[in-house]
Amino acid sequence: MTTTPRRPRTRLFELRGDIPRRVYAGAGVAFIALFLAAWLLLTELQIVSPIFLPPLRAVGEELIIQAQEGILWQDVGASVYRISVGWLLATVLALPIGILMGNFRFFEGLFEPFVDLVRYMPAVAFVPLTILWLGVGDTQKFAIIFIGTFFQEVLMIMDNVKNVPRDMIQVSYTFGMSKWEILWHVVLRAALPGIWDTFRITIGWAWTYLVVAELVAANVGLGYRIMRAQRFLETDKIILGILVIGVLGLLTDYFFKATYNRLFPWMQETR
Amino acid sequence: MTAMTATTQMTQTAKLQVNDVWKTFTPKKGQAVDALQDLSLTVNANEFVSLVGPSGCGKSTLLMMAAGLEPISEGRILIDGREIDGPGPDRGMVFQSYTLFPWLTVEDNIRFALKKSGLGRTQQDELVGDHIRLVGLEGFERSHPNQLSGGMRQRVAIARALVYRPEMLLMDEPFGALDAQTRMLMQELLLQVWQVERTTVLFVTHDVEEAIFLSDRIYVMTARPGRIKAEIAIDLPRPRTLLETESDARFAELRRQVLTLIREEARRAMR
Ligand SMILES: Nc1ncnc2c1ncn2[C@@H]1O[C@H](COP(=O)(O)OP(=O)(O)OP(=O)(O)O)[C@@H](O)[C@H]1O
Ligand SMILES: [Mg+2]
Repeated sequence: MTTTPRRPRTRLFELRGDIPRRVYAGAGVAFIALFLAAWLLLTELQIVSPIFLPPLRAVGEELIIQAQEGILWQDVGASVYRISVGWLLATVLALPIGILMGNFRFFEGLFEPFVDLVRYMPAVAFVPLTILWLGVGDTQKFAIIFIGTFFQEVLMIMDNVKNVPRDMIQVSYTFGMSKWEILWHVVLRAALPGIWDTFRITIGWAWTYLVVAELVAANVGLGYRIMRAQRFLETDKIILGILVIGVLGLLTDYFFKATYNRLFPWMQETR
Repeated sequence: MTAMTATTQMTQTAKLQVNDVWKTFTPKKGQAVDALQDLSLTVNANEFVSLVGPSGCGKSTLLMMAAGLEPISEGRILIDGREIDGPGPDRGMVFQSYTLFPWLTVEDNIRFALKKSGLGRTQQDELVGDHIRLVGLEGFERSHPNQLSGGMRQRVAIARALVYRPEMLLMDEPFGALDAQTRMLMQELLLQVWQVERTTVLFVTHDVEEAIFLSDRIYVMTARPGRIKAEIAIDLPRPRTLLETESDARFAELRRQVLTLIREEARRAMR
């Protein structure tokens, strides 16, 4: 009768179990802090030479210089612009084609062999060709990002569409709806969360191909800055460039995750 | 004389007629599967008929064909004496799998079935409200399917199949995934609804007691390729309640009769 009420213990390690938000976020921050601490330790105690790994301090100073001189904003602006245009071009095309391929066997048969063929060609190998065709301007950068993302994206969108349960389509027919109504009101609605995730994943790849595109034949952009710094062994600049790309990637990822939760609140409990 | 009246009555009131239907699946790879072989059955208007048989004997296939969602290999299926021509809102279907639209609320899921009804907004609201009450989901109008229990989801599916007032309801093991308690409640609920609406029902189930409790007649199917093995009239008085009906001596007798038939087939199916 005198048992003290036990406080419900939150268990951290349940299969698929939820944990407090603070713990979840805190763990992520702590891990990054740990990483930075290791970096500090290695460089400040001069365990590794600054040529290989510059001190955190040097990277921070470089950041301030570049920000003040405006180089950073120019680079970020140029890179974000290229990514946006390149990825949007790929997506605007991949969306309708992927949807057609996912719904109609004819279009799957028509496009899949070609897409599969090109998909395995490394986008990097297209750099010389695209320069030949399109010159060294932004169009060539768009092209590399496009080649790198489009062919994967189109197949992923096809799969997103195919994942819509068949019975969900069948039941809509019993309501007397037409094929096109079902395509619009059911198939696309049901596929949308998956497609949104595909956007998040492919824009991540677009960052990779951006750097590939900017390493050659560019005079502004984050990739270019990294390339130039390499020539003079300026590791602090290289690392700064990498970090900035990392942060921008993280932000886009966060944007897509946040909008996902906003757009598809009904997906949450089922995940 | 009596045979004469019986036949005339049959032809007058037959809602669904399945006449010598064959179904063969011919997959692109692998062997052709004879799912149904020369199957005939009749469901009269306002009648509740169940279809039982061993797993894989073609029950779902038959319902899909009756719904117009699966082509018929040979034979004819008639509704009101007219050969069916694809799916239509005269036949509602509750699927074996889960087919609610997760992005819509309970209310909007049910309303979705009225998209092609041509009814005005107020009429739709009224019908949706009526059917939510019919299946006892007041208070959950704004919930999303993933916030509901399995039994509640199936109730939404039933309300959605009834709301556009189809003349016939095809139900494929709608309670198959529910626990015993919920299942019993749902059976009583379905009977109550049927008592009010008097929709013609063809009901597929594995549960012999469920079939007897609900039906006017039961068809027992053979193991694949499915044919009709027996037809049993359920002469239990209505209205029925689970407790009373299941303690009826006649219920036990019918149960034994149907179970014996199914056992034979199940054993054959295993071979
Ligand atoms: N699309 C298909 N392609 C090939 N074979 C199929 C297809 N659909 C069903 N079949 C086969 O037809 C037979 C009947 O299937 P069906 O789903 O109608 O059985 P069922 O009686 O509903 O079984 P259960 O009680 O397990 O739901 C099975 O042997 C199945 O393998
Ligand atoms: Mg089935």
